[in-house]
Amino acid sequence: MTVPAIEVRNVRKTFGAMEAVAGLSLDVEKEELFGVIGPDGAGKTTLFRMLVTLLVPDGGTARVDGLDVVDDYRMLRTRLGYMPGQFSLYQDLSVEENLAFFARVFGTTIDANYEWIRPVYEPLEPFRKRRAGALSGGMKQKLALSCALIHRPKVLVLDEPTTGVDAVSRSEFWQNLSAVQSTGVTILVSTAYMDEAVQCDRVALMQNGSLLGVDRPQAIAASFERPLYGVRGRSRNELMAALRAHPKTHSVHPFGDAVHVAVSAPGPSPASMTGYLEARGLQGVTVEQIEPTIEDVFMERMQTTG
Amino acid sequence: MNHVIETRGLTRRFGDFTAVDAVSIEVGRGEIFGFLGANGAGKTTAIRMLTGLLTPTEGEATVAGFDVYRQTEQIKKNIGYMSQRFSLYEDLTVRENIRFYGGVYGLRKAALRDRSADLIDRLGLRDAADTRIVTLPLGWKQKLAFSVALLHDPAIVFLDEPTAGVDPITRRQFWQQIYEAADAGVTVFVTTHYMDEAEYCDRISMMVDGRIVALGSPAELKGRYGVATMNDVFVRLARGEA
Repeated sequence: MTVPAIEVRNVRKTFGAMEAVAGLSLDVEKEELFGVIGPDGAGKTTLFRMLVTLLVPDGGTARVDGLDVVDDYRMLRTRLGYMPGQFSLYQDLSVEENLAFFARVFGTTIDANYEWIRPVYEPLEPFRKRRAGALSGGMKQKLALSCALIHRPKVLVLDEPTTGVDAVSRSEFWQNLSAVQSTGVTILVSTAYMDEAVQCDRVALMQNGSLLGVDRPQAIAASFERPLYGVRGRSRNELMAALRAHPKTHSVHPFGDAVHVAVSAPGPSPASMTGYLEARGLQGVTVEQIEPTIEDVFMERMQTTG
Repeated sequence: MNHVIETRGLTRRFGDFTAVDAVSIEVGRGEIFGFLGANGAGKTTAIRMLTGLLTPTEGEATVAGFDVYRQTEQIKKNIGYMSQRFSLYEDLTVRENIRFYGGVYGLRKAALRDRSADLIDRLGLRDAADTRIVTLPLGWKQKLAFSVALLHDPAIVFLDEPTAGVDPITRRQFWQQIYEAADAGVTVFVTTHYMDEAEYCDRISMMVDGRIVALGSPAELKGRYGVATMNDVFVRLARGEA
C-alpha cells in the first residue's frame, strides 16, 4: 500500500464560534485528480489553506506528500503548488516577469523548467510582455497555473480556479489539468461547476465543515435513490407549480431547458405524468425518465442535511 | 413595443482596439436578456456604456428612454446594478445597507423607512435586520443584494455574473427572484458563464470580439446551429466555428 499524497486525519479549524472545518478525514491517492464541491461557506478554502501550510489546524493531523503540514511546513512548501481563489499574481508585472519571479522564489529558472510548463504556458508566450492585469480571465488562470507549476510541485492545490471563466477557457483549463496529472502530479481542486466535477477521478461533497460523501463521480450520480424525470413544456413556471402539486413529487428543480422532478418510488409512468400535466392545461409537455447527474445528488444531499 | 434598451451601431474604441463594434440590440420591458460572451469579448465595456459609466465612441443608445451621451445621470437613477464582486457592505448590518443604498438612489427619508421595513419583512429578515452582512448565509446575502438593487423601482437591472462561484441550490433560488422581478415588469440584463442559466433567459445575445454574432431565444439558437445545449452553441460561436 503506497502512502497517500494527501492524508487528513480529524482536522479541525474554528474561527470564533464558527467551526469552519469540523473533524474532517480524507485520503487523496498519488496522481489522483480529486475534486471538492460544496456551497459557499462549506469550509473548502479553510481546508485547502491548512493543507498548503497557510493556516495551522486547531486539531488533528494532515500530511501532504508524506510531510506534516505543521512540523515540516518549510520542506513541504517546495513540493506544493497553490492557486488561491483570488487572482494573486502581480498585476503590474508582465506575464514573463511574474513567471520569472515565482521561479526565483523557488531557486530555479524558467529555462530549467520550460518543458515542464510548456503545455500550459505555450499559448501565453505571444503575450509574454503584456501586464498580467491586462490579460483576459482565461489567460490569467493559465498564467497562475504556470506560476504554480514552475518549481515542479508534487501536489497541486487549486481553489475554484475557473470561477468567472467562460465555457471555452474552462474546457482548455481542464485539458491542461489532465496533462499536468499525467506527468505524475496529484491535484486537489474545488469547483462550483458540476461539469468539471465529473472530470475528476473522485469527488468529495463538503458542507458545514464535513464531508457528505467521497466517491467516483459516476458512483455519486448513481447513488440518487429516487426515480427522476426530465420534463419539458412551454411555460416553465406553470410547469414547476403543477409538478410541485403532484402527490408523488419529492423535489422540483429547473435544469437548463428542462425541469428535473424526483418522485417517491415506484414512480408514475412518464405517460401518466404527461396526462396529469395536460389535465392541468399545460401544453407541449414531454416527460422522460432520466439518469441522475452529480448536480441532482448534490442538491438532494444539501437539502436533506442543510 | 416599448424598448427599455435600444442601441444602434454602438461602438467603443480604445486607441486602435475596438472593444465594442457596432452593436445593435433592442431589449423589451420585463424581458430576461442573457448577454453572453467569452472573457475579453467586450461585455464589460458594453455594460459600462449602457449604465452611463463610459461614453461611446460612436453609435446611438438609449436606456430606460435616456440617452447614453447626454443623460447619464438619469440613466443611473433608473437602473439597478449587481455583481458577485460588488454588492453589499459586509461590515454594515442588513438595515444599514438598505439605508445606505436608499440614500445613494435618492429615496426620501419617509419612503426609505417604509420600503426598508417592507423589504425586511418580505425577505423574512426581521430577526437578522441588525446583523452584519458578513455573518449571513450566501443565499440571504444574494436575495438582499438583488432586492437592494431594485429598491428604487428601476426599469432595468444589470446583473454582471451574479452567480459566479455560487452553489447549485442558491443559484436556482436566485433565478426564482429574477423571474419574479421580470414578471413584475423589470427588464433583466444578465451575464453568466453557467450555460444552464443561459437556458433560463428569454433571449440571448452572443458577443465575439466586440460584435454580436448571434441573437435569439435559446431554442432558436440551438435550432440554428443544430446542437442540443446552449453550451454547444457557446463553444461553437466562441471558437468561431459557426
